[in-house]
Amino acid sequence: MGKNLLKKVWELHKVRTLPSGQDQLYIGLHLIHEVTSPQAFAMLAERGLKVLHPERTYATVDHIVPTDDQSRPFKDELAEQMIQALERNTAEHGIPFFGLDSGLQGIVHIIGPELGLSQPGMTIACGDSHTSTHGALGAIALGIGTSQVRDVLATQTLAFNPLKVRRIEVKGALRSGVYSKDIILKVIAELGVKGGLGHAYEYGGPAIEALPMEARLTICNMSIEGGARVGYINPDQTTFDYLKDRRFVPKGEEFERAVKFWKRIASDPDAEYDDSFELDADNLQPMVAWGINPGQAVGVLEKLPVLNALKAEDREVAEIAYSHTRFHPGQPIKGQKIDVAFIGSCTNGRISDLREAARLVQGHKAAAHVKALVVPGSQAVAEQAESEGLHEIFRRAGFQWRQAGCSMCLGMNPDVLQGDQICASSSNRNFIGRQGSPKGRTLLMSPAMVSAAALAGEVADVREIAQGGRK
Amino acid sequence: MSESAPVIREISGGAIAVRGNDIDTDRIIPARYMKELTFDRLGQYSFYDQRFDSSGNALDHPLNDSRFEGAGILLVNKNFGCGSSREHAPQALMRWGIRAIIGESFAEIFAGNCTALGVPTLTVGHGEIEELMRLVEAEPQTELRIDLESRQVQAGGSKISVSLSASQAQVFLSGTWDTTTSLLEGLEEIQAAAARLPYVKDFPYDRPRG
Repeated sequence: MGKNLLKKVWELHKVRTLPSGQDQLYIGLHLIHEVTSPQAFAMLAERGLKVLHPERTYATVDHIVPTDDQSRPFKDELAEQMIQALERNTAEHGIPFFGLDSGLQGIVHIIGPELGLSQPGMTIACGDSHTSTHGALGAIALGIGTSQVRDVLATQTLAFNPLKVRRIEVKGALRSGVYSKDIILKVIAELGVKGGLGHAYEYGGPAIEALPMEARLTICNMSIEGGARVGYINPDQTTFDYLKDRRFVPKGEEFERAVKFWKRIASDPDAEYDDSFELDADNLQPMVAWGINPGQAVGVLEKLPVLNALKAEDREVAEIAYSHTRFHPGQPIKGQKIDVAFIGSCTNGRISDLREAARLVQGHKAAAHVKALVVPGSQAVAEQAESEGLHEIFRRAGFQWRQAGCSMCLGMNPDVLQGDQICASSSNRNFIGRQGSPKGRTLLMSPAMVSAAALAGEVADVREIAQGGRK
Repeated sequence: MSESAPVIREISGGAIAVRGNDIDTDRIIPARYMKELTFDRLGQYSFYDQRFDSSGNALDHPLNDSRFEGAGILLVNKNFGCGSSREHAPQALMRWGIRAIIGESFAEIFAGNCTALGVPTLTVGHGEIEELMRLVEAEPQTELRIDLESRQVQAGGSKISVSLSASQAQVFLSGTWDTTTSLLEGLEEIQAAAARLPYVKDFPYDRPRG
């Protein structure tokens, strides 16, 4: 039997077996941001340690940046302190920092792939659970805590227990109006938010192979919402074409050498897996996560579950979800009124997401009662969108056009829900309080579905307003 | 290998149950309280939005219940600590006074963060956690004694077997749960591993000039 990509990358990066029985793995790329790194630098200073490989760590600022007025100092004093700490720490340790004036700043999981820092066959770590995103390029990308950020800074390695690999085979082809976001929401709905514990998810099959790179990033991004710490897609021609000529990607003859390695690192055709799961893309409809975790999701034409149809443990969480959302068991999700529409985040803040959303809202107007905002995932995405005139399309449709950052995905900047507002959101988590208001309610969906909801003022089926478009 | 942290063999104290599956780290500590450069002040924000309404009035929550004041062992259900990787979550709980967590299952990043802080995450079956939770809720003054070596919890008159991953048991019992020291002991092997990576030696990053 052959080997899967996880096993190959693991073996390549294994430094040694630790006395604990865990493997010490070398980390090829370390990404840091302002929220989970200052304490790690303080721990280093306390112990008199230096950064072992500053050239393998890259920094940016994303969680706390305001997306309207970015002039310094920030109005929020705490946010200003955090960006200053990152500026100080990166300068002191010689770590490259993509700040607000670099033209390269953005959400850490948008800029890693965009700059070509994230490459197939690498181990990637970042103090952020959505690091799983980078697996779309065929990397093993792990979200870590702050003590582990300290460990990577000090040793360029981490201690891990081995992971099992589940092959997620997606057959068929996505229909118009159905996107990669819907695939991953369906996978999580089927396997559950704890289904992936102890596992890496390898996504494959015709529907995955047909996806462009940005759509693949969306899928791997949400692996963690299914409990899988890692999600990846084997590198193929789509991957190589995406990476070619990107800023940090080797050029010329070295690129050819890289491609040879990237092909080799992919799972063998006869690779072994610990288990597998199959999904059919043909029958997939646009998904909406309605509850308090991303696994509580239904097709847009489905009704919310009635409690006695659920397993006992799902029922308990559903009861909390109904008490928080004040939705009713058995109600259709289509037609549910919304207050806010948010397009952005490391899940769906890329140029293809914005192009598709703009295509759908062009010539229309967001419902009068809806506050709609578009937050590009990076300065490069913003620049590209503006060069294509997308910002004007959004503005004419009544959307606010903002600057790059995490924004309303997690409410660490001024972009937060008020009271019990309901937000149609292209982000990744509908946890209680996630969007900054303890009573706020989040409906997760594709950016195209968010566009449709913004126009209708309620959850709508995007397939009814437009045909064609991307995947 | 040198001891880099205290050996943790036994944890005793009062316990507190926070019921529910899939309790995410946003619930354990809302993101707005993470705008801090240190972890020092986080204890007070543990489960903040579950404990207080928008006007700051205390809600019905075990952490607001004076009968559980000083409890050092947290009892939880399935997939505790899912979602965001924020170490702020276990840091907040630790600074609240939690020294060990017993649950049905834990999200991996959360459990790893706990290990790095010297807070064991022990697992038991549904029946056992229910028994422990009921016991503690009925008699809040009950003392629990967790023995990591024998993997047993003594609670009231009963003894319950708990699971602890082999790696957690090893690092707590040998006082090596502070990973930086153990990882750095392999410095030569680290440099050797780096030197054989194709993307380090054959096709390194194209670093733009200037």
